[in-house]
Amino acid sequence: MAAGEKHSPLDQFKITALSDEPTMLGGFDISFTNSSAAMLVTVLAVTSFLVFSMRGRALIPGRWQSCAEICYEIVANMLRDNVGSEGRKYFPFIFSIFMFVLFGNLIGLIPGSFTFTSHVIVTFVMASVIFIGVTAIGFARHGLGYCRMFFPHGAPLWTAVILVPIELVSYLSRPLSLSVRLFANMVVGHVLLKVIAGFVIALGFFGIVPLAFLVGITALEFLVAALQAYIFTILTCIYLHDAIHMH
Amino acid sequence: MTEPDDQSSLKQLDERLKAARLQRDKDRGINQPGRSPASNAGVGFRIAVEMVAALVVGVGIGLLLDNWLGTKPWMLILFFILGCGAGFTNLIRVARDIDRKTRLAKQSKDSGGGQEG
Repeated sequence: MAAGEKHSPLDQFKITALSDEPTMLGGFDISFTNSSAAMLVTVLAVTSFLVFSMRGRALIPGRWQSCAEICYEIVANMLRDNVGSEGRKYFPFIFSIFMFVLFGNLIGLIPGSFTFTSHVIVTFVMASVIFIGVTAIGFARHGLGYCRMFFPHGAPLWTAVILVPIELVSYLSRPLSLSVRLFANMVVGHVLLKVIAGFVIALGFFGIVPLAFLVGITALEFLVAALQAYIFTILTCIYLHDAIHMH
Repeated sequence: MTEPDDQSSLKQLDERLKAARLQRDKDRGINQPGRSPASNAGVGFRIAVEMVAALVVGVGIGLLLDNWLGTKPWMLILFFILGCGAGFTNLIRVARDIDRKTRLAKQSKDSGGGQEG
């Protein structure tokens, strides 16, 4: 964090407790922060969006119902294309992840709000849950045979000495790459917006140039927000596919 | 032969179906490579993240094992090398995945343009 500066571009990522006194539990600070508030708002927004838009249950969907159905179909198609029919029972989980990340990213774009996906710990915990869950599914389906995942099919046996550790490290790097991709994209976008917004005031009349940039970048950020939610979910599907079909 | 009208209308329907499928595939493939500079940058970013993540995990495991076993530099060196290997494995995997996707896109374009076979 940049020290001293009152309005550093990184200020927007600062986590502050909403209550004055920190809530302690077992030596840990579990205060309700702006990050938790953003997550709560996201969950409420997703729930109310889906519940209220689907309340009509019309055969010919209205605008809101169409939106909800599009979200459903994106995830359903993704799951069918990447995992196959066995993936259907994991649909609720994948759909929850998609909606949570998508709404988190989009709500973070509202000026003055907080983007919880711009904190690597949040995305890393989500990625870890996915990683551990997928590994558990793999072991539950294939038993110890899942360990064959770490040895490429058809390689000579003596190469196992090198290949197994490499595959193991590669496998363990999954939650990291999954979380870093989402987090880095969100941080970069928000910092860029803040930095260019700083130029608008500093340049006076010519600030109209960065202002035009800003409009374009804001539109791009909406694309990035949706795309990163999509990529996060599709990678989850790919990992799930690996666990179910083993390559 | 006896009902040329039916045949030609079926063929027409087939062609229209093919065109519609192609369009749908095109619409669905959001992160298809080679579509725009932005998506190419995305591919580059993906590769960079995959490589760095493998290296970081390798170094992390090495440091942890060193702390635990007291073999100060050796585990770090070993797992640094393994992390490099894993990074390149990831890289090859991503590249192969992109390759396959490009080929699929090209195939569907070819079969959509002319007759198959």
